Amino acid sequence: MAKLNVNGMVREFDAEDDTPLLWVLREQLGLTGTKYGCGVAQCGACTVHIDGEPVRTCVRPLSTVSATQKIVTIEGLSKDGSHPVQQAWAALDVPQCGFCQSGMIMAACALLKRKPKPSDADIDSAMTNICRCGTYNRVRAAIKVVAKGGDVRSAGLAIQHVDHVDHVDHVDHIKRIERIAGSKA
Amino acid sequence: MSRPGIASPSRRGFLKTSGAAGLVLAFHIPFAGDAAAQGSALPPEVNAWVVIKPDDTIVIRIARSEMGQGTLTGLAQLVAEELDADWRRVTTEYPTPGQNLARNRVWGSFSTGGSRGMRDSHEYVRKGGAGARMMLVQAAAAEWNVAASECVAANSVITHPPSGRTTTYGKVASAAGKLAPPPPASIVLKDPAQWKLAGKRLARLDTINKTNGAQVYGMDLALPGMLNAAIKDCPVFGGKVKSFDAAAIEKRPGIKRVLQIGDSAVVVVADTWWRARSALEAMPIVWDEGPNARLSSADIAATLKAGLSADDAVVGNQNGDARAAIAGAARTVEAVYSYPYQNHATMETMNATARWTPELCEVWTPTQNGEAALAAAAEAAGLPAAKCEIYKLHLGGGFGRRGAVHDWVRQAVEIAKAMPGTPVKLIWSREEDMLHGRYHPVTQCKMTAGLDAQGEILGVHMRISGQSILASIAPQSIKDGKDPVVFQGLNAAGPEASIGYTFANLLIDHAMRNPPVPAGFWRGVNLNQNAVYLECFIDEIAHATRQDPLALRRKLMASSPKHLAVLNAVAARVGWDKKPAKGVFRGLSQTMGFGSYVAACAEVSVDKAGKLKIHRIVAATDCGHAVNPQQIEAQVEGSFVYGLSAALYGECTLKDGRMEQDNFSTYPVMLLADMPKVETIIMPSGGFWGGVGEPTIAVAAPAVLNAIFAATGKRVRALPLKNHSLKA
Repeated sequence: MAKLNVNGMVREFDAEDDTPLLWVLREQLGLTGTKYGCGVAQCGACTVHIDGEPVRTCVRPLSTVSATQKIVTIEGLSKDGSHPVQQAWAALDVPQCGFCQSGMIMAACALLKRKPKPSDADIDSAMTNICRCGTYNRVRAAIKVVAKGGDVRSAGLAIQHVDHVDHVDHVDHIKRIERIAGSKA
Repeated sequence: MSRPGIASPSRRGFLKTSGAAGLVLAFHIPFAGDAAAQGSALPPEVNAWVVIKPDDTIVIRIARSEMGQGTLTGLAQLVAEELDADWRRVTTEYPTPGQNLARNRVWGSFSTGGSRGMRDSHEYVRKGGAGARMMLVQAAAAEWNVAASECVAANSVITHPPSGRTTTYGKVASAAGKLAPPPPASIVLKDPAQWKLAGKRLARLDTINKTNGAQVYGMDLALPGMLNAAIKDCPVFGGKVKSFDAAAIEKRPGIKRVLQIGDSAVVVVADTWWRARSALEAMPIVWDEGPNARLSSADIAATLKAGLSADDAVVGNQNGDARAAIAGAARTVEAVYSYPYQNHATMETMNATARWTPELCEVWTPTQNGEAALAAAAEAAGLPAAKCEIYKLHLGGGFGRRGAVHDWVRQAVEIAKAMPGTPVKLIWSREEDMLHGRYHPVTQCKMTAGLDAQGEILGVHMRISGQSILASIAPQSIKDGKDPVVFQGLNAAGPEASIGYTFANLLIDHAMRNPPVPAGFWRGVNLNQNAVYLECFIDEIAHATRQDPLALRRKLMASSPKHLAVLNAVAARVGWDKKPAKGVFRGLSQTMGFGSYVAACAEVSVDKAGKLKIHRIVAATDCGHAVNPQQIEAQVEGSFVYGLSAALYGECTLKDGRMEQDNFSTYPVMLLADMPKVETIIMPSGGFWGGVGEPTIAVAAPAVLNAIFAATGKRVRALPLKNHSLKA
C-alpha cells in the first residue's frame, strides 16, 4: 500500500509507483477538483501544492512523493471557500467553464505566498496555466484584489452579489443524477 | 486479428477487493456533505419552467447547456424577471432530453451553439416566468376570494393591497400548479426598461463550486461499480484497425476488457482510467491506414488553390456585375488569403459515462445539445430514444465541439453495450482529442477589387475556396450545392450575419472543396476567416488608395447604420483622431454575426526583433438587449483569447493522413502574459436579440493583423502568425 499526506490526512491506497500523482488524487483518493488537461505539464490544470510549492501533478510519479510531504489540493485550500484567493475569484466571477480554475487558483496562491504584492511581470511569469474560455484578465484582476487586501472595488467590475439563501448552485442536478444512479445501480 | 480479451478471473478477483476502495471513495467524496440522500423528488411544478418549494426556493429549469458562457445565469435572470422572483432564492436545474421528448418538447431546443442561448429562447422562457407568476397570483386570489387583478407580485411575495393580505410563492405554488396555464398569447411581457433582474450585472449562479473543486464535470463523475475506458481511434482519417495484441497487456493490473469498437477504434477498460490508458499505450496496434495514408496539408492547399479560379462556384451574395466592373476598372487590387484547420481544444477532453441494458441506456456527459446526444446514444444503443436518457453535466468548455456531432457518446455506448449493466466512463486523452477533432474548416480566399482612376471601388469579387461544415456534419442540409453557413458575415441585409458594406457591384461565391478531414462548428464558425478576408482586404484597399481605414469604412457603411454605430463607438473610445503613443499602431475591423453588430480596434507594437505585443483592444457590441453586462464583458474578453489564440498560433497540419499536433506542446494557445487590456463597450439598441459568445472573436484577428501592417508594412495573409517573421 502506498501512503500520502493529502489535505492534512494520511491516506493509504493501492497504485503502481509510476502512476502520476494527478491520477492517484482523482481515482484512488476521489479528489476530482484537480483536473486532467494535457498529461504533459503544459496546461497546469493539475496544479497542487507540495510543501507549499506549485506542482503539475500529471507528470509527477507517485514514487517521487513521500508520505512526509504535505500535499494540498483545491479541496484542501480552505474548509469553506474562505481563502482570500477563493474569495477574490468569487467576487470577480473569474471562472467561465471553470475547468482550469482549480489549477489557476493553486498557482495564484503559490505566487501570492511568495510575492504578496506581485507586479504584472510577476503575474505573467507565474500564471502560465492555459484557459481556453479566456479568463486571463479577470485572473490578473483577482490576484491584484488579493494583493490589495481584498479590495474588490479596485477591480472596477461592479458585479452585483446577492446573498443566496441556500447556496445550492447547480448542485441539485448532480444530486438528482446521483439518486438516479443509485436507485438503478 | 486478436480477439477481444478478458483479464483472468484471479486478477479480477484481486481488483474487486483492492480497487473498489478507490472507486467508492471517488463516488462519495465529490458529493460529501450534500443533502441529496435525504432529498425526495421536487414538489410539483408551477409550469415547465418553474418549480417552487414550500420554503420559497425557486428552481428554474434551463434547457440550454452551461459551458462557461453564463447562459445558465442569464436565462434564469430572464425567467426570474418575469416571475418577479426573489433572486436570493433562485436556483436552477437541467430537465433531461428524455423528459423533453416525453413532454412533446415543452422546453424547446436544447441546442447550445451559434450564440443562441438567449436570442433563440428569450421569448418563451420569459413567457414561462410570466405565466407562472400569473398562476401564482391567481392561486392567491382564489384563496382570498378576491380578483387576481387586485393582487400584486414582487420579490416572491403576493399582496392584496385593499385588504393588506400577503402570502409567498412557496405557500401557493402547489395550488398554482393545479390551475390551467394562461394561453401564451395572453401573456404580456415587461418592457425591458422596467427590468430589475435582467439587464443587471448580477453575479453568476455557478461560481462558488468552481473555486473549491466541488463542480462535477463529465470527467469527474463516479458511479457505483463504474469502470474506466481509454480509446485509440485510427490516427489516419478514414483508416481502420488491422490487428492488436490484447495478450500483451491484459495481465496488467486492473485491466477488465480489451475490445475493438466499430472498424477503427481499440478500447481498454480497467478499474481506473490511468491503468486503462497506460495499458492502451503499451499495446501493439496495427492500423490499415486506408486511402488517405499519404494525404498532407500541401495536397489540400493545392486543391483549394485550384478552387480560387474554378468555374464550379456557388453564389452567396451578389448585386450588379462585379466581374464586368473589375474587368473594366482602371486598376485592380488583388490578394489571396488562407485559414488553417484548428482544434477546439476544450480544456476538458471528450468524455461520457454510459450504462447499457437491453431495457435502458443511460449516458452522463457534457454536451452542448442533449437532444442530439440522445439521438446518438439511441442509435448506438440499438434502442428507441424512449428507452434512453442523457444526464447533462457541466462542460469543461464546448466551443462547438460538443454540439452537432457526438462521436464520443456513440463510442461510450458501444463500449457499455459490450459490458451490459456496468457503467463505463470513457475519457479521451488529450492526444486522442487533438487527433480526432471536428476541425475548424480550411479555406482560401481570393479578394479582387476594381478601382476607378480616382481610387473609388467599382466592384468587389470575393471567391472562397474550401471546406463546408454542413457537408461534413449534415450533408442533407446542402441544397443546390450551397452551404449557406459559408457566407457568415457576408449575407445581404438581414437579421443574421449581413455584410455592412455597400458596393455598386459585388460577387461573393464559394467553390466547395471537401478534404477527408472532419469539419465542425468552431466558436465563431465561418465568421472568423470571413472577417479576416474582408476586413484585411478593406484595409489593403485603404492603403492602396491612400485613404484612412476608418474613413473608407464609413463611406462604404453609410447604408448600414447599426454596423457603423459600433465602429464609430470604437473609434471614439480609442481616440482614432489622435495619434497613439510612440511605437504603437492601430488596426480596425467590424462585422456582424450571430445577430449582433461588433467592431474592434487593436493597438500593437512590434519590436526590432519582430516580437509582437498587443497592448489594448477596444471592442463594441450591439446585441439588441444585454441580459447580464458583466458576463457579456467576460464573453468579449474570452472571445479574444480564443480568436487571438487562433490568429497567433492556431494550426493543425496533416502529414501522412493524420494531424501533426497532438497536445498543447505542439498546439500552443494564448497565455495570460499575451493578453491585452480589453475595453468592452456594450451598446444594446433594442428591438432585436443578438448573441454575444461568438461575434467578437471575428474582429480580434483582423484588427490585430491590420495593426501589424500599420506597424511593420507586412501584410500577413496566411494564418497563423507564428509562421511569419515580423522582423524589420
